[in-house]
Amino acid sequence: MSIPWLASRRTRGVLPGNPACSGCPHNIGLKVLGRVVGDRAILVVPAGCTSIIAGYWPREGLEFPLLHVPFASAAAVASGVRAALDVGGRDDAIVVVWSGDGGAADIGFATLSGAATRNEDILVIVSDNEAYMNTGVQASGTTMWKALTTTSPVLGKTEERKDIALLTLMHKVPYVATASIGYPSDLAEKIRRASEIKGFKLIHLHSPCPPGWRFDSDKTVLVAKLAVETGAWILWEYDRGNFKISPPSTPYRDKSRRKPLTEYIKLQGRLAHLTEEDIREIERRIDENWNLILRLEEYYASHVKA
Amino acid sequence: MKVKVLMGNTAVAEAVRMADVDVVSAYPITPQTIIVERIADMVERGELKARYVRVESEHSALAVVYGASASGARVFTATSSHGLLYMYEMLWWVANSRLPIVMAVVTRAIGPPWNIHSDHQDALTVRDAGWIIGFASSVEEAFDMTLQAYRVGEDRRVLLPVMVSLDGFTLSHTSEPVRLPEESEVREWLPPREPLPFKLEPGSYFSVGNLGPDEVTMELRWYVWRAMERAKHVIREVSVDYARRFDRSTHSLVEEFKTGDARYLVVLAGAWSGDAMEAADMLRDEGYPVGVARLRYIRPFPAEELRELATSVRAVLVIDRAVSMGHMGVIAGDLVATTRGKVVVKNIIAGLGGVDMGPEDFKSIIKGFVEEYESGALDSWFYTEWYMPWVRGR
Repeated sequence: MSIPWLASRRTRGVLPGNPACSGCPHNIGLKVLGRVVGDRAILVVPAGCTSIIAGYWPREGLEFPLLHVPFASAAAVASGVRAALDVGGRDDAIVVVWSGDGGAADIGFATLSGAATRNEDILVIVSDNEAYMNTGVQASGTTMWKALTTTSPVLGKTEERKDIALLTLMHKVPYVATASIGYPSDLAEKIRRASEIKGFKLIHLHSPCPPGWRFDSDKTVLVAKLAVETGAWILWEYDRGNFKISPPSTPYRDKSRRKPLTEYIKLQGRLAHLTEEDIREIERRIDENWNLILRLEEYYASHVKA
Repeated sequence: MKVKVLMGNTAVAEAVRMADVDVVSAYPITPQTIIVERIADMVERGELKARYVRVESEHSALAVVYGASASGARVFTATSSHGLLYMYEMLWWVANSRLPIVMAVVTRAIGPPWNIHSDHQDALTVRDAGWIIGFASSVEEAFDMTLQAYRVGEDRRVLLPVMVSLDGFTLSHTSEPVRLPEESEVREWLPPREPLPFKLEPGSYFSVGNLGPDEVTMELRWYVWRAMERAKHVIREVSVDYARRFDRSTHSLVEEFKTGDARYLVVLAGAWSGDAMEAADMLRDEGYPVGVARLRYIRPFPAEELRELATSVRAVLVIDRAVSMGHMGVIAGDLVATTRGKVVVKNIIAGLGGVDMGPEDFKSIIKGFVEEYESGALDSWFYTEWYMPWVRGR
């Protein structure tokens, strides 16, 4: 990381030798999180990969005060931690839910929605590796259409993916953003901004998973960057009324500047079975998503308070 | 001390206010609703300085108070029936984390069919998790037990969550006089919670619940086991202390009614115990030497008390409002295990789904049991019978 204010920080978040797989995207995200808010964060972690990464007792894999909680409970537990901190006058603390896609978008969605509705003063980071990786790569609500998983092993997933960031935005919370572990400085800025806002914040973090997506473990960042460069993953930020496409994604508003989608797809074993027709369909869906995000940007721009 | 007429639900809410709870979270379900409505009212009016978190489910209600308790707060939640079952995995998480959360369970049948009336199946279905489970039998006791729950659960020798059960409608919606202690005295008797066994804070780098060797899981359960054993003594201690302080009669784990010279013992728990005692009284007049043991706590199970009581009579009748399907009534099962076949036990299942049971019903059940024993029809094997007088030729 080359951001001066980050480089000078001493909290590490991730401890060396923790049990994450090689090339694990969560470690990158957790490291950034630790750097930015490690000294004032409490982490609430539902079942998922991070339940393992956090370390095997009595060792610790992460440098956070950390509460492991049942799968569907994270945002509610965090609300309770927040309530107790408020009663105890600890305004400096930031309560962070570090969740996977299952814990946020699927089994824990009602809990997340409840906390968002209450505008709880917590930050939820959804580190989305697009399947239930910890249990062995089963399809989740955010798995992309057609991707092979162990519960969609031959034909690929038949359903469209769920957009947890936009769903959260519609809860009218003060801060929602998407991010990518391929762009740690963008992520760091977003965590910093979110941590200064009172109320419910969610960052949907794109986290390509080497064993789950079947690519080499030295290509995590490359794949993450390609997702952005091909336009397949759009980085945007909503901050109290302002909706903006983030700098790393800005060039790709222009479709002609996006890299060919196949560059992203060809690296991934989970997408190796796609036909040309499938790829065209995915491209169409990506265009549609861009249209939606651009229209949202326009909409919020015209509604910004003078 | 002033006397106020309160419903079971409002009495519990009043106890929560006096316990100076910090965080309350709940999801409404009949017949618990009035507790959480009343507390919301107290919080909004500033009578109770607490955070009230309106959640979207019972699972989240227990999760919220779990997080708050892990961060050092004194907390409260309440539920019934399906709500309690929806909390199920959180119940275990709470118990193994050793957080002294207090929850009122206003007992209600489990569907289908839909039924909002009381039996004890909900509270007794969760008996293995590691919660202390108490059963009140009067409105005043629901109040007392809620206050005592904090003292017992937060005691360093215990550190376990406590469930205060009160029968839906028969207690929750019934008004009775309650002798309310002075708030200042309660504050003195129940000082603020010490944040044990841990307190989650920024900068304190430790984690709770990490994966670990299998032996750790087993050891932690053993710690819960031992805490539960110690809880028996703490409950006895706290009950005596409370009774002395607030002028109550002393019952600890079991309330005994005319057991001294009894030859037959009736064992049960909950609000209907009063009817059973009334029946025992009537039978006494008719010359039947009957006594009643009302269980105030189901977990920890008052094995010592019951063993002593049961082995000094000819036969024991357990009247259960919850069944372990394929086995027997829940309390009967525990009692039979405790008495180890040394005493004749008969088990009656009654009042499921809130089926009304009055003193006359108890009288006929108890009388039948005594006559059966005296005619030699009961041997040392025990058996279970369902009391359904409306079903002909059952």
